[in-house]
Amino acid sequence: MKEKFSFFYEKIYPFWRENLLFLGEIIFKIMILILPLLLLVALLTLFERKIIAAIQLRRGPNIVGPFGLLQPFADGLKLLHKEIIIPNRANKFLFLFAPIFTFTLALSVWAVIPFGFKQSISNLNVGVLYVFAVSSLSVYGIIIAGWASHSRYAFLGALRSAAQMISYEVSLGLVIVTVVLCAGSMNLQKIVLAQQNFWFVLPLFPMFIIFMISAFAETNRAPFDLPEAETELVSGYNVEYSSMPFALFFLGEYANMILMSVLGTIFFLGGWLSPFEELPFTWIPNIGWFGIKVLILLFVFVWVRATFPRYRYDQLMRLGWKFFLPFSFIWVVLTAAVLVFFKESFPL
Amino acid sequence: MNSKRLKFSLSTFGFKDLLKGLGVTLRYMFKPKVTIDYPFEKGHLSPRFRGEHALRRYPNGEERCIACKLCEAICPAQAIVIESEEREDGSRRASIYNIDMTKCIYCGLCEEACPVDAIVEGPNFEFATFSHESLIYDKQKLLENGDLWEDVIAQNLKERNQGY
Repeated sequence: MKEKFSFFYEKIYPFWRENLLFLGEIIFKIMILILPLLLLVALLTLFERKIIAAIQLRRGPNIVGPFGLLQPFADGLKLLHKEIIIPNRANKFLFLFAPIFTFTLALSVWAVIPFGFKQSISNLNVGVLYVFAVSSLSVYGIIIAGWASHSRYAFLGALRSAAQMISYEVSLGLVIVTVVLCAGSMNLQKIVLAQQNFWFVLPLFPMFIIFMISAFAETNRAPFDLPEAETELVSGYNVEYSSMPFALFFLGEYANMILMSVLGTIFFLGGWLSPFEELPFTWIPNIGWFGIKVLILLFVFVWVRATFPRYRYDQLMRLGWKFFLPFSFIWVVLTAAVLVFFKESFPL
Repeated sequence: MNSKRLKFSLSTFGFKDLLKGLGVTLRYMFKPKVTIDYPFEKGHLSPRFRGEHALRRYPNGEERCIACKLCEAICPAQAIVIESEEREDGSRRASIYNIDMTKCIYCGLCEEACPVDAIVEGPNFEFATFSHESLIYDKQKLLENGDLWEDVIAQNLKERNQGY
């Protein structure tokens, strides 16, 4: 018996014994990150409903638990025990693969996000590239879902979504390039630490605006929620989904929303740094500042959704390609020029 | 560039209108809510409110309905079915009085047609059930409703008649 499994005993078992602690540590870290994240996503849906209700002079969910705090969990339970409906001529594998893919990507970006000094799962030197690469991949989840559903609405929604995300990723990329130029590093921690004297919102304010608007488009949120324009496309790429696959899309979408707010915080609002290094501000711990900033940006997401009507498709494309792209190009060149000028004239 | 165009482009690139809109929504967020917290808090009902039907009785316990079938005749949805027969004491009474609450359009013509104020639409609107059958009310159910809501119905009828 032992000979049969000799490979296991010689190679795998010692490796496991040596690295079990390391593996356990990583899994523990991931769990510590992902469980609160999923909880936050659930609460974000409640937050959104409450804020929009308040703006529309309504009350919002307030029956399930205190202040409706248990509402998202009730909704989740309801979704869980629904039937998973697979359309007749849909591609079964891809149909079920797409939500899993989207959800996995939405979670895996969080590996490099620093929540405080040296508080991230992995401190990549090219963290910005990683974030950008993985968040770009999420287009695939959407387009696979739309195609595999074998439904016109879903396909149209997916096409719109893909076109929109790709268009806005271009200007988003240029915005990030400016930030990287200013910080002089692609490491997310170093980008935050570069903002110790002043946050990047101040010198790069127009870029911050472009970043936020592109983030709305990137996460398919109002006023750019064309992919799921209820009045035209029923619900966009996820019409045919029900139960858990739908929940995965939903969670992924909201996780992406939080991610965009977190990126905005890291790139422009100085991450976990407190605005002033003086007493009343240092009482709140770093992670608290991080949370407050992210919450403010999330509020902006919801606030904007409650305020503005949806863009038309051509308006969306015009805004992306004809205004944001040239503007951010010019700004990249300008930033680079200013930086070079200062480096030449005031060498440290 | 003249000053008008300068002003226009400044307000456009300064997101003047967008910020105004955001300001409006932010102001509204802190306004008091207009929604009634329904199951715990209910809105005002007019005495003329037309809700669930009820058959009333006289103060001595005698049922008012004399099976004249005027309500059956006037009902535009034909939701009322009445059969009459002679009671032992020789008076005419309804042996069957059914209202199909799913057919009823709550127009209130039955209570207007009634010569003895027997059939009325009471203030109750929370009579949802799980089956169609339980929404076909028979005489028994209607009389029970009448006993249950008599106080409110009598008050409402008084207020109605006081009006113009």
